[in-house]
Amino acid sequence: MKLRSRHLLGIEGLDRSEILTILDQARTFREVLDRAIPIVPALRGRAVVNLFFEASTRTATSFNLAASRLSCQCVSFSKATSAVTKGETLLDTARNIEAMGVDGIIIRHAAAGAPHFLARRVKAFVVNAGDGAHEHPTQALLDAFTLREKLGDLAGKRILIVGDIAHSRVARSNLLCFTKLGARVAVCGPPTMIPPDIVDYGCEVFYRLDRILEEVDVVNMLRVQQERITSSSFPTVREYRALYGLTADRLRKLAPEVVITHPGPVNWGVEMDFDVADFSQTLILPQVTNGVAVRMAVLYLLAGGEATPEKAEG
Amino acid sequence: MTRRLADAKTVHGLIARLAAQISRHNHGAKDLVLVGIKRRGVPLAERIAAQLNAGRKSKVPVGAVDITLYRDDLQMIAEAPIVRGTEIHFDISGKTVVLVDDVLFTGRTVRAALSELADFGRPRAIQLAVLVDRGHRELPIQADYAARVVKTGRADLVDIFLKETDGRDEIVLTRK
Repeated sequence: MKLRSRHLLGIEGLDRSEILTILDQARTFREVLDRAIPIVPALRGRAVVNLFFEASTRTATSFNLAASRLSCQCVSFSKATSAVTKGETLLDTARNIEAMGVDGIIIRHAAAGAPHFLARRVKAFVVNAGDGAHEHPTQALLDAFTLREKLGDLAGKRILIVGDIAHSRVARSNLLCFTKLGARVAVCGPPTMIPPDIVDYGCEVFYRLDRILEEVDVVNMLRVQQERITSSSFPTVREYRALYGLTADRLRKLAPEVVITHPGPVNWGVEMDFDVADFSQTLILPQVTNGVAVRMAVLYLLAGGEATPEKAEG
Repeated sequence: MTRRLADAKTVHGLIARLAAQISRHNHGAKDLVLVGIKRRGVPLAERIAAQLNAGRKSKVPVGAVDITLYRDDLQMIAEAPIVRGTEIHFDISGKTVVLVDDVLFTGRTVRAALSELADFGRPRAIQLAVLVDRGHRELPIQADYAARVVKTGRADLVDIFLKETDGRDEIVLTRK
């Protein structure tokens, strides 16, 4: 089984069977991570670059580790110390790095569509590690993987995504991914943070958290982005927490089998009270562990998918 | 030209012979574990274990390795093969591991399996048992136990059919 595209640009371009291929493959790599020596030689001699134009610790580290566990070299690029500060364009940066002989480019960029732009212009495979408010496909895949490990098949499961839906690439990718896997997805947040056309994605919309919280199997909390807190679309931190926060009070009222996910990093005391961290159904740390396995699967399928990897000249 | 090398009864006898040789060489089955190479090495390992276990209290553990991630030809195959997963749910350190596969040919599969086993621990010894040794080695690897040694041409095919994977027990040689 092969993915139709040589790139992973978003969940939007994947069909259900491709998502399941990646998740099945990830299960094998999850087993590798538990070995005495958790490394396999599958991508020996390959190299990828982490091209991160936005701050990230978790995702960049996770991709780096995933590549290492496959015996694939991973070099990191950070915007602050690069020629980008001298005015180099994205395409020039990517072409220069590609010319050094990398097989794949993992990119995070503030501009939606930046990975798609690169994918049309470079020979290396491109993985979207987050583009603006558009998509973050590996986050959706690792969330789906973690939920499937806990709940089995997601078909018919009720998943509630809570927070700033409008500006969240995690919300968009997760909504697409869960829906393609047959789950019934609902979103909840302040009206200013829910785009009116979100129902076109096939989800329900709720503006009050308490009522819907009683009816779901999964609560997928989103991070409140700090830069939004000062914007006019955001109430106050106190009001947000009171209306949309997973507080200790709400946690106590949850059915015991409800599971909680969050893509991290968490603003404790804003979208979630710290009590959630110790709740037995909180999957935040398993999500991080599984993220490495899922990214291994993505790199393995993309790097192995070519008969002979095309190398740039140079 | 196709020739049947063994029918069901002969296959049964060959597996019994492997089990007997393994038992004799290791003075019973103390500290012995079997690891089958996916796919057909796994049912073979299970059948050998069943014979070793007959009339004994302790059971010989059986594991499975999938060598896909350890292959040296990923660039040469058209698409990334789906990895079915390695299942070794016991400690192999200090044990005598008998690696089991259906056919020994170039030796590259065994090389990959040896690399993979090394990532699980440090066995006291690793031995190799195969149903058919058909020659044409490309690496310095030999079987400790080969139930059948068959002279073949490089392009010939040796097909092993097992009940568990193929619905019948048979070994067939196709000359090219």
